[in-house]
Amino acid sequence: MATSELPNEEFVLPKQKTIWDTILRMLRRQPLGSAGALVILIMGFAGLFAEQIAPFDPEMENFEYMLSPPGTVHEETGKVFYFGTDSFGRDQLSRMIYGARTALLVGFTASFFGAFLGLVLGVASAYFGGTVDLVLQRVCDVFMAFPLIIMALAIVSIFGTGVEMVIIAITIPFIPNCARVVRSSALALKELPYIDAARSVGYSHVRIIMRHMVPNVMAPFLIMLTAFVGQAILTEASLSYLGMGVQEPTAAWGLMLQGGAEEYAESAPWVPIWPGVAITLAVFGFNLFGDAVRDVLDPKLRSQV
Amino acid sequence: MYTYIIKRMLMLFPTLFGAAVVVFLLLRLIPGDVCMLKFGGEGGYADPEQIAQCQELLRLNDPKIKQFYDYISGFVTFDLGKSMWTQQDVTHEIAIRFPLSLQIAIMATLVSVLIAVPLGVISAAKQNTLIDYFVRAISIAGIAMPSFWLGIVIILGLLIATQAWTGVPWMPPIFYKPIWVDPAHNLSQLIWPALATGYRYSSVATRMTRSAMLDVLREDYVRTARAKGLIERVIVNKHALKNAMLPVVTVIGIEFAFLMGGLVVTEQVFNLNGVGKLFVESVTQADYTLTQSLVMLVVFIYVVINFLVDLMYAWLDPRIRYS
Repeated sequence: MATSELPNEEFVLPKQKTIWDTILRMLRRQPLGSAGALVILIMGFAGLFAEQIAPFDPEMENFEYMLSPPGTVHEETGKVFYFGTDSFGRDQLSRMIYGARTALLVGFTASFFGAFLGLVLGVASAYFGGTVDLVLQRVCDVFMAFPLIIMALAIVSIFGTGVEMVIIAITIPFIPNCARVVRSSALALKELPYIDAARSVGYSHVRIIMRHMVPNVMAPFLIMLTAFVGQAILTEASLSYLGMGVQEPTAAWGLMLQGGAEEYAESAPWVPIWPGVAITLAVFGFNLFGDAVRDVLDPKLRSQV
Repeated sequence: MYTYIIKRMLMLFPTLFGAAVVVFLLLRLIPGDVCMLKFGGEGGYADPEQIAQCQELLRLNDPKIKQFYDYISGFVTFDLGKSMWTQQDVTHEIAIRFPLSLQIAIMATLVSVLIAVPLGVISAAKQNTLIDYFVRAISIAGIAMPSFWLGIVIILGLLIATQAWTGVPWMPPIFYKPIWVDPAHNLSQLIWPALATGYRYSSVATRMTRSAMLDVLREDYVRTARAKGLIERVIVNKHALKNAMLPVVTVIGIEFAFLMGGLVVTEQVFNLNGVGKLFVESVTQADYTLTQSLVMLVVFIYVVINFLVDLMYAWLDPRIRYS
């Protein structure tokens, strides 16, 4: 009897993996990364559905409710200012929810374009080698000698402020960083026979770079991309705090800390505390998630920082 | 070794030159010159006289090549021109603020080393224990926390703590006095920004110390030391730590170079009149002569420190020989 059952067992199809199995597996293997992913999901949800979630209009000024402490009730609507109001009487919670949108927009756009342009440049630099490589790498050297915030400020000083300019200002310094990392992976790739094969068939440089090499350096690209998002959010907050980033009345976390946050430190501590908590949590989340991505995609990198 | 030092020193110049070119291109070759941008506004009226004066000051009417030559020779001779805002020499504007920023940078680096090395070593020696997790959480939080917010929280904490203990809220002094004039006054003002910046910069160094220690602790000679019965503390402190310091020194050196960037924001929070604040002001006031000089100053510091870090490698690890 036992022998006749064996073949049957072998033919049982493996249980289809549900999305829950995948999530559970990730929770077990990367608990910190999952925590990061959770923060990102909450932030993404807040950013996407800001209109539905936020109790107040983030730009609505209520001068009779200036610097109200958390828990104050708005008498006309009966709604509560859960996190208090700022010096214009605007609801802090609503501004934080809309601020998530700004942070994500700047964070993702700047990181994506920075990492993508770096990817293409890095692969091209490795592929062409020789003079092209030398020149591109020296240019990268030069750009990497500027600290991120200094470069960003210099760019903003020329092109002006506002969300789009901030994105450009953060994107440009990311490019050489990613190019450098991608190049080192692409150098090894270039020596593989299938690249020679592609060349011998007569494919164009663009095709070889974009179709044959770029897909194979996705691991460092994704690692850099996730690492950039947190940095981009932090830089956007710093720029906005300095008054050189996102401009009023747009809701942005750094902007909420600007202009007198120190002044109100004692009389209205909720004004400086909450936006800072939001920035810290967001960057924390992206960093944890980025670390997990790195561990999964490239265990070798783990020992570096 | 000496040939290496000289070669490496000569390598500094292309980078510096490249950075100067980038700054020049950014500020001079963008559509519409900087003077139009400064005085013109958006379609508003621009006083032609003002613009002419500004163009004269920046020598924008000269041929581009001549401009570039003047600009580069300005750096070489330390004649950086006059600030467009205050009409003072740029060199003077920077010189009066530099000691303050340098002091914060050095103090912040000290803070960062004092936090990072002990925490990193403990964390590695007690890998995967509660202490390790705690240290790692602290260091990841340090990277995530904006230093300007940490600064605000420190001020808030000071106010609340002094209010509770002495009944009178206390704030760090506002006016700067050099450390050789009034050390107590000086330190009570600058220790807070140094803490805020230092904590943030300690994070990467802590992680670096931890991972370098973990690598070294797995090496054969450490196993030998254990086998011959040395106590763990001696192994960690005397045998492993020195060899683990190499990457840590790199990270700390590079961070010192980047500290100038960090100070831009911290000086704003603590309202300190240093180079960082000057940079933000120069950007806000579209003071291009000042902005370009400050950017070059930061790049110069970065490049030189990188060079020194490279040299320290050989000193710390005799196995490294440059050829």
